[in-house]
Amino acid sequence: MNWSQSFSGAQPLFRKEVLRFWKVSFQTVGAPVLTAVLYLLIFGHVLQDHVEVFKGVSYTRFLIPGLVMMSLLQNAFANSSSSLIQSKITGNLVFVLLTPLSHRAWFLAYVGAALVRGLAVGTGVFAVTAWFAPPGLAEPWWALTFAVLGGMLLGAMGLIAGLWAEKFDQMAAFQNFIIMPMTFLSGVFYSVKSLPPFWLGLSHLNPFFYLIDGFRRGFFGVSDVDPFLSLAVVLSATVAVSGLALHLLKTGYKIRN
Amino acid sequence: MSAISFQNITKTYDSGGRTVRALQGVSFDIAQGEFFGLLGPNGAGKTTLISILAGLARTTQGRVLVQGHDVVSDYQGARRALGVVPQELVFDPFFSVRETLRNQSGYFGIRRNDDWIDELLDKLGLADKAEANMRQLSGGMKRRVLVAQALVHKPPVIVLDEPTAGVDVELRQTLWQFISELNKRGHTVLLTTHYLEEAEALCHRIGMLKGGQLVALDTTSALLAGTVHTMLRFKTNDAIPEALYARARVTGRIVQIPARDATEVEHMLTALRLFGSRIEDLEIGRADLEDVFLSIMQGQPAEVRA
Repeated sequence: MNWSQSFSGAQPLFRKEVLRFWKVSFQTVGAPVLTAVLYLLIFGHVLQDHVEVFKGVSYTRFLIPGLVMMSLLQNAFANSSSSLIQSKITGNLVFVLLTPLSHRAWFLAYVGAALVRGLAVGTGVFAVTAWFAPPGLAEPWWALTFAVLGGMLLGAMGLIAGLWAEKFDQMAAFQNFIIMPMTFLSGVFYSVKSLPPFWLGLSHLNPFFYLIDGFRRGFFGVSDVDPFLSLAVVLSATVAVSGLALHLLKTGYKIRN
Repeated sequence: MSAISFQNITKTYDSGGRTVRALQGVSFDIAQGEFFGLLGPNGAGKTTLISILAGLARTTQGRVLVQGHDVVSDYQGARRALGVVPQELVFDPFFSVRETLRNQSGYFGIRRNDDWIDELLDKLGLADKAEANMRQLSGGMKRRVLVAQALVHKPPVIVLDEPTAGVDVELRQTLWQFISELNKRGHTVLLTTHYLEEAEALCHRIGMLKGGQLVALDTTSALLAGTVHTMLRFKTNDAIPEALYARARVTGRIVQIPARDATEVEHMLTALRLFGSRIEDLEIGRADLEDVFLSIMQGQPAEVRA
């Protein structure tokens, strides 16, 4: 099988996956932007005068990149996972299963659409929150690199969760016991340096921490760890998770039994 | 080359710690241009066999070829050659009928397909629903879209898994007219159905599955000429003799009893008269496919001729 055969059909499936969330963008893009703004208003207001993580960076400004990345990650995950579980439960996944689309084409389409949703929400959150407190863009290439990698990583995780879960409550468990703890222990709302040693150590095992830290570097030009270390960790995680997702698609895990 | 070749298909799976043998060594071929009927009671393995053919399920043993393409090792070739109308009435609620068909064309690598899509919509009586959202369609209309979706890539082999379950007369006629037309143009058709008159009217050849095994495989006419020759049909409100009742198929007031020949019919009528059953609308007719089906399913398998 050559590469062009492998990828033909990926573009229409990608387009369909993008349209799927775009047609209900009020819920899939609008709602997460509103949630992020509420976080900013409440945490920013309460902690503005108490916390200064980086010198000369107000807490509200510090919080913005974290919120942008958190929204991006959660929505990239939500896109591929909810599309798959809905298609599995309603049964219309059969239309894709009956086609000659290769596992690589599936992967590209689902992860690509997840990335687009993540970036759309991230951009929306950034546009609205930056209006409250412009965070600046000291090293924008870092912000862009980590945004793209984060969207891909979570898109691939969503793919795995969508294949694995058979019911909505299993999907909720995946979100509540894996995605949420990883998000909240990543330094969205604080610098992990302020954590007790155990939680600090744990945070350093969390790829989301490197995503947030590297992303923040793009705005303030300072970070808790070297951005190249963050890049290495995030790249490795993305490759590993993508490899697993591709393997599950190739073997038809839970979709071709 | 056969259009479809099932080669020694065995499928087992675990269900609550118990091994279920869904298919046991099923082998048969469907020739190019054939209209083939696959019959069998619920749970006989029809849908499992179709799922394996379509790549929705894997075999435990054996293999399937579609137009010479192995459905596992050359799945892209096999799926391009195959158009499957699934049994369940499923749809994607985010899209209109036309969008659904364009998406489906795209998955097969077909970019501009509107001429064929318009023809499909027209033939299936969907032309005025083209821009309607899938959610707004009635069950029958959704079924038509499923058929159109299976045909967007003009597959040489068409598989219909109980396409007329719960479908009104008009759609059934539209559907069979169109599928027959495609069959005449050279498309191979594999049909599973519970409506035996349909199979009798449409299919050149029929295979019957029972408990995961092929128990009959022959031309429709040979099957009809096979096990049962004559049927005695009548209506009654009364009880009938025990010996006859055991062999009869009773639907409300209608009683049908298979008979070998005219002498046996005479004996039956005598028995009914002596028993005091009053009968109306007496008919003595040839057996139809339903009778053949029932006699095979009741455990007198016709000889399997491949």
